[in-house]
Parts: sequence; C-alpha cells; structure tokens
Amino acid sequence: MATKPKLYYFRGRGRMESIRWLLAAAGVEFEEEFIETAEQYEKLQKDGRLLFGQVPMIEIDGMVLTQTRAILSYLAAKYDLYGKDLKETVRINMYADGTLDLMLMIALAAFKPPAEKEESLALVAQKAQTRYFPVFEKILKDHGQDFLVGNKFSWADIQLLEAILMVEELNASVLSDFRLLQAFKTRISNIPTIKKFLQPGSQRQPPPDSHYVEVVRSILHF
Amino acid sequence: MAGKPKLHYFNGRGRMESIRWLLAAAGVEVRRTVNNPTFLCTFKGGTLMYEQVPMVEIDGMNLVETRAILRYLAAKYNLYGRNIQEQAWIDMYVEGLKDLSDMIMFFPLSLPGEKEMNLEYILERATTKFFPVYEKVSDKFYHGQDFLVGNRLSWADIQLLEVILMAEECKPSVLTGFPLLQEFKARISYIPTIQKFLQPGSQRKPPLDESSIESVKNIFKFERGMFLKNMSTIVAEY
Repeated sequence: MATKPKLYYFRGRGRMESIRWLLAAAGVEFEEEFIETAEQYEKLQKDGRLLFGQVPMIEIDGMVLTQTRAILSYLAAKYDLYGKDLKETVRINMYADGTLDLMLMIALAAFKPPAEKEESLALVAQKAQTRYFPVFEKILKDHGQDFLVGNKFSWADIQLLEAILMVEELNASVLSDFRLLQAFKTRISNIPTIKKFLQPGSQRQPPPDSHYVEVVRSILHF
Repeated sequence: MAGKPKLHYFNGRGRMESIRWLLAAAGVEVRRTVNNPTFLCTFKGGTLMYEQVPMVEIDGMNLVETRAILRYLAAKYNLYGRNIQEQAWIDMYVEGLKDLSDMIMFFPLSLPGEKEMNLEYILERATTKFFPVYEKVSDKFYHGQDFLVGNRLSWADIQLLEVILMAEECKPSVLTGFPLLQEFKARISYIPTIQKFLQPGSQRKPPLDESSIESVKNIFKFERGMFLKNMSTIVAEY
C-alpha cells in the first residue's frame, strides 16, 4: 500500500494552495502537517529536509521535494495533467505561470500594511481583467474546446479555475465581460474531484486572515 | 534561416540571459535580431501573451514566460533528465538558484546609498544559503559523478555555472570555501559549447551598466531602489 503524499506548510493558502488543488483534482488523498510554531519550523530545517530551508515541502514517492514549481511540475507529469507532448506542455506551463504569478501577488498582498494591501489587491483585480483573463477568453474562443490545451483536462485548467475563484473573492463581477470563462468556471467546477474539493470540509484553505499573517510573520521573522 | 529560434528582448541580460545560456550550451544558433521591446510591448493581444518579454519564436510558436521557455528548451535538447524524478531534482536546483540570480539581477537598480548594504546581503545569502547546498550536492562527485543530476549534463548544471559567474562578478573570491564548486565551475566551463559561449563575440550579454539601466528603467518603468529583501516577485509597471 503506497503511502499518501504528505504536505508541510502553514495552515493557509500561501504557496501550497495550488499544490492542494492539483492533488485534489487528480483525486489523490494527501496528509498535511501544519507548521504553527517557530520551533516546529526550526526542527524541519535542522532535520535537513528543506533543501533551501523553505516550505512548501512534500514527501512523495520516497522523495522530499521543495520549490513550489518543481513540486507542481512533478505532480502534473505524474498524474497525466501535463499534455501529451512538449508543445502541449509548454502551453500548459505558459498558462500556469501566468496564473501562478497572479495568485502570488494576491498571497503577498496579505502581508502589506492595510492601505498598500488594498491598493495591491485592486491592482491585481485590474490586471486579471485587462491582462490575464482576456488571454484565456481568447484561447477558449479560438479553439472552441472545453479545456485550455489539447482538448483534454490538464493542470492549466485547474490553475485557471483556482485563479478565477481567487480573483472573484476580490471582485465578484470580474468575469462579467468573459462569457466563455463563466462557462469554463461552471464546467470545471463540476468535475467530480473538483466539486468535492469545493465543498466545506475539504482540504481547501480559506483566504489569508490577520491570524494567518501573524503566525507566518512570527515563524519567518519578518 | 527557418528553424533558428528568434529571441525578443532588450539588449541586456535580464530574464533572457538564462535562455541564451541554455541555447548556447545545447549548441543551438539563434537568429540575430534588432531588439525593439517598446514596440513589442504595445502589441496588445498580439504576439506577446501577457504583454511581457522574454518572448522566443521557436518551432512555429511564440513562447513567453521565462520558465516555460526554459523547460521547453531543456526537454527539447535533452537537458531535463531521463524521467520525472530527475526532472524534479533539476527543477528544484534551478528554482533554488532563481532566488539568488534575481537578487543579483536587480542589484544594479539599488539606490546609490543602499548599494553596499544590498551587495553584502547578496553575498551573505550566496555563501550561507545557496552555495553550501550545491557544494554538498557536489560531494556526490567523489563517487564518480561530474554533474548535479543523473550523471550527465543538464539544465541545472548550466544554470549553476551561470549564477556562479554572476556572483563572481559581484565578488571574485566568492567561491572561497567551496572547493567542489570551483572544480565544478572549471569542468562545466570547458564543455566546448559553453567555452564558446564564454568567448567574446558570443550571444552572451554583459552585466547592466549605468547607461543601460536608464533604458531598462524607461522600458519597464522600474522604480529605482525597489530592491526587496525577501523578494519573490518584482513588479514592473509599464
């Protein structure tokens, strides 16, 4: 019996959330150890399992992986969500990198002082509407298919749904000009594994609140 | 002429340099271009997907997102490991280096008063956080391995050499205390394609100097002094 992958991170979205989404969408059960104290974190570092002393970290297939994008890439390939050839893979990477950048801006905004935070989040919502979402709307329009790449469900679709939902938390009407993205959102949300992840009680984390920010600040000392 | 990749960027290292390194190491010639990113950046919804460079025209595609481009090239030119486990290790090593290389890349944009402080910080991080990791990995070499992953040249080796040289430009003696990395540097530099890239006249770009900083600033509207200690994202507005 193969052991379940085990995630090590703070109790919140941060850089781990996209990894949770990918595993959940792939129907993979996973365990989590939440880092709640500085002592816990220091122990992980001393144990030598954090290659650069940082989380996210995942134990999977006998390996200890760090670096968010390395982990995501590995999982996408392992669970056959990475396209059927290099050309599909590069498109998935292009789309995923864009959405990851967008979501990272949101994650980092949580750590800014209130006025700056508001400004950052407004900027992100604006970028989403003017730079990112039009791109994806056009991709869907141009090929008329259900999924972003290769007429098959891939990591890119999971990333885009995650990003859409995250931006909608900032601005509920952000998809109002994007008819195809609205349909996409509904369609991907209804995939059984994803539908399950979107229910209460799943391993999905809520948006960062002041408590989360406090905990992370105290552990990472900034 | 068809078949040679075409690189779209300004005439400097920036985020395109790692791409130049990888192509050169793989022995791939690129088409020489006149760089005009101001024009490109205003090409909304056209060839620049997120209105950003780098962009590489290759195999009938217009590729953006540095990482996506690098992964494509690494895979295409057999520099990405033989299986997904090796690929994961390569990705980890490369991602780890990116934090350090980003710091060095943006160092010239420091405010004059902060330059020394930032340089010290970069060197401290290089010698306490990053290089020890790779020195330790290189310990495997005593068992007959010359490369970071899978006992053959990969993107990780090329990236590490690039960052070592960048760090040495900040401080020539930065590899003191890392004998295995010194050997690594020598060994990888002597690979013929890389040796060629390190000669004058190659596609390799020089570090950012005062005059280029101004043009980069204008193109990307960087705020001078936007050097963040725990920088994971550099936000450029234009």
